Amino acid sequence: MSRPISEDDLNAYIDNALPSARRLEVEAYLERNPDVAARYAVFGVQREALRSALGPIAAEPVPPQLNLTHLVASRRRRDWGGWRAAAAACLLLLVGGASGWMLRGVGTEHGVGINALAQEASYAYAVFGSDRGRPVEIAAADSAALVRWVENRLSRQIAVPDLAAAGYQFMGGRVVATGNGPAGLLMYDDAKGGRIAILMRPMVQDQNASMAEHREGDVFGYAWADNGMGYSLVGGSDNASLLHPVADEARRQFRART
Amino acid sequence: MQDMMALVEPLIPSLRRYARSLLRDQAGADDLVQDCLERVISRWHQRRADGDARTWVFTILHNLALNRLKQKTRRGPHIPVEDVSEALFATAPAQEDHLHHRAVLAALTKLPDDQRSVLLLVSVEDLSYAEAAAVLGVPLGTVMSRLSRARHRLAEIIEEGPGRSATTGATLRRVK
Repeated sequence: MSRPISEDDLNAYIDNALPSARRLEVEAYLERNPDVAARYAVFGVQREALRSALGPIAAEPVPPQLNLTHLVASRRRRDWGGWRAAAAACLLLLVGGASGWMLRGVGTEHGVGINALAQEASYAYAVFGSDRGRPVEIAAADSAALVRWVENRLSRQIAVPDLAAAGYQFMGGRVVATGNGPAGLLMYDDAKGGRIAILMRPMVQDQNASMAEHREGDVFGYAWADNGMGYSLVGGSDNASLLHPVADEARRQFRART
Repeated sequence: MQDMMALVEPLIPSLRRYARSLLRDQAGADDLVQDCLERVISRWHQRRADGDARTWVFTILHNLALNRLKQKTRRGPHIPVEDVSEALFATAPAQEDHLHHRAVLAALTKLPDDQRSVLLLVSVEDLSYAEAAAVLGVPLGTVMSRLSRARHRLAEIIEEGPGRSATTGATLRRVK
């Protein structure tokens, strides 16, 4: 008889972790000791019960958050993102310093020129061009009141172009806020309900500018400035191709009437 | 990175099972496995090349689980779940096994954490005693004695049956 059978041997027997020679010795021991055998038989049953009770967890599909390929990829993005953010911060410092120097004396945080005007017009169109409830504050029927309101706020004489020949009826308008003070917004629509708008405001910079096309998201437009007044005629993507001749016509009428 | 994919990806189902069996909280367990995998990815190059990947990954998971269990204890005692199967499984196991499984799983939750973890690593995840010792950071002898205690305790709890709390050790004594 070799070494006596220990508790470690009995546990290893349950876990199938014994070399076969030792295994035979343990089996012989258990035959001679039915009490111990009964006890360890229970442990064997428990072991199998745990394995089959918890087995289904490992059979579940692995959720996407634990997909190793995704985790590696998102880590790469984070690492790269960190470097990129650091590089971008350095660049911003440089650019900020340089442009601060170049813009010394300008003293404004908004854009002021024709590009700013184009953006203001796009924002105004995005808000009021899609407004089905109250696109205009003062309707076309009350044009005189509208013109007075806008002229008072802009301290300029304005005109309301007639674009009916191009298929656009005047709906009315309002005063809107921009980063460069109040602006007048005139709204027109065509027979199918397609809208265009003209935004106008006094210009500090770019007092005279030739017509230029602009686009901000789905809003297209043409902006220009004459004698210190800036204009932008804007519309949605569905009538973008028609905007240029309409803008030309509007500019012609503004020039003739102001 | 290629070898990491090949070695770690097949372990993920086991990692989920171990974490969930230890924490008894499915969402928390998956979060823990995610933490573990992120550490595996970032520390893969620090791993001893001759070491066993499974032992290394299980060690990371086990240490994270221990921290989580400590936090839970600090936040107050664990309130036993009425049906342990519900805490462990998204869908209930097959009905015929349900009652028996429920008894074993309920008993498992009443084991002390150190006994539960050794039992799970050896009996369910098939780690060798030496691997379990490495994961738990204890000598081989400690693994053997804990395993033995875990098996005896589990049997006692099942024999006691439900209704008597083994975690608190409180028993109702009849007073005349």
